[in-house]
Amino acid sequence: MDNNLKRTIILENYEKPFHKGLTNDESYIKGNKNSQTCIDNFDIQLKVNNNIIEDIRFDGEACAIATSSMSISISKLIGKTIEEALNIIENYEKMINEEEYDKDLLEELIVYEDIYKQPSRKKCATLGIEGIKDLIKNAK
Amino acid sequence: MNREDFPILESGIVYFDNGATTLKPKCVIDSMVDYYTNYPSNAHRGDYKISLKASSEYELAREKLKDFINAETKEEIVFTSGSTESLNMIVNGYFKYFLKENDEVLITKAEHASNILPWYELENEIGIKVNYIPLTKDHTISLENVKNSITDKTKVISIAHISNVIGDVRPLKEIISYAHEKGILVVVDAAQSVGHINVDVKDLDIDFMAMSAHKMCGPTGIGALYAKYDLLDKIKPYKYGGGMNVAFTDPKNIQYMDLPTKLEAGTQNIAGVIGFGKAIDYINEIGIDNIEEYTDNLKKYLVDRLKEINNINIYNENIEGSTLTFNIDKVFAQDTAIYLDKYNICVRSGEHCAKKLDDELGIKNTVRVSLYFYNNKEDIDKLVDALKNDKILEESIGI
Ligand SMILES: Cc1ncc(COP(=O)(O)O)c(C=O)c1O
Repeated sequence: MDNNLKRTIILENYEKPFHKGLTNDESYIKGNKNSQTCIDNFDIQLKVNNNIIEDIRFDGEACAIATSSMSISISKLIGKTIEEALNIIENYEKMINEEEYDKDLLEELIVYEDIYKQPSRKKCATLGIEGIKDLIKNAK
Repeated sequence: MNREDFPILESGIVYFDNGATTLKPKCVIDSMVDYYTNYPSNAHRGDYKISLKASSEYELAREKLKDFINAETKEEIVFTSGSTESLNMIVNGYFKYFLKENDEVLITKAEHASNILPWYELENEIGIKVNYIPLTKDHTISLENVKNSITDKTKVISIAHISNVIGDVRPLKEIISYAHEKGILVVVDAAQSVGHINVDVKDLDIDFMAMSAHKMCGPTGIGALYAKYDLLDKIKPYKYGGGMNVAFTDPKNIQYMDLPTKLEAGTQNIAGVIGFGKAIDYINEIGIDNIEEYTDNLKKYLVDRLKEINNINIYNENIEGSTLTFNIDKVFAQDTAIYLDKYNICVRSGEHCAKKLDDELGIKNTVRVSLYFYNNKEDIDKLVDALKNDKILEESIGI
């Protein structure tokens, strides 16, 4: 994917994030993920039904990388089984940490494939998806 | 002015994070290297020449600070690791023993965490009440709001002389004189004011004051606590040990030293104190009034130039002083800071350790430019040039 396209995808997801805004629906489980070292802070909601991720929502203030990666992660993980989702997250973590990973599995999430070149932003690119992972583990 | 005194500026960086810490001039660095190289001995405990020199330089720095803030005696100055430690000593060494349940302390929501959390913990511990003086619409403190916040339970007011986010200079003289009429003590967090504007503890009639050397060209990890002698003498040490005792035989027979040494247990940050003393000399050479006038004018230039940018929100343009807080429309503060770093411009983003200020500003994260005397118009022009760009967000991503 070329860098122009990557930037466009990131900016679109930052400016119009997918599933931003929380619901009052009690059937969701809730969590918070914040960064102790910078100012990013997310509230996250997850709904799992029959082992399938039915919905994820979030709210909060964060930088462009953190917000966009949250948005893309959500659109990627909805509809997946818990095992599929955890597998995607594991591959995403490997990509961020410069290990071998399955590129096809990640689709749009590969816009962050070069983020390792900016070490201080690795945590921005993982904050949201790590928050989702915590919730999925609670749901299991 | 005096840019040539700061080796780091040769690298071409534009340094606008003076509210966090200032740069260090070569003379301060050299004074510390001189100590470590030529008389690296302990203070107050040797009978040989280099130790006597270390002791006298250490005490000379105390003398310099006493003159700098116009304290009555040098015994009113205690060296600490900085404003945070000083404030904790004031709260936990004095007020913990003199306040009772339901006594009130007044602070503001614009205070630094170091002037909030010690009070919150004291509320948790002994049941005092922390109340807030409401800020004006410019986020400053007015005497009227102070008067309206005082009740017959108010025992202490604890505020910064200059706020680290808004940058306003609080009307301390009026506040303190009114507080004293009501029998209220005043604690001043002077982290942002000493070395930036003239601070005269006698003229202002300050009861307790906290300072940090690193915000006025000095080294990190060193600062001071000032209090009027009788108040300082009532602060209970929280560190006991070497250096601060005269004699002891058993728990019933201990004699501690007099002020200020009884509050300086253990081997001190001698190099830090010496560097602090040098920073005071350096600032005196430039002249504190010159520094204040210069940064005030520079801020006016900064405001004028930033207004050329149409998608900017400035939160404190009408405030005199050296701090300016802003956001670029639709760009998260941290992204703006990361973007500016690509141009070697150092600014701070976030909540600036004033996490309660969100309630007042209605906005959580901002970008802060804080000026000092070595900044110049050219620095500001570089900032404005960098911000005149529709693609800040895009470029901040770094991909
Ligand atoms: C207003 C104010 N108070 C207190 C502090 C704490 O100073 P230090 O970190 O040197 O203890 C700071 C530093 O950021 C400050 O700006």
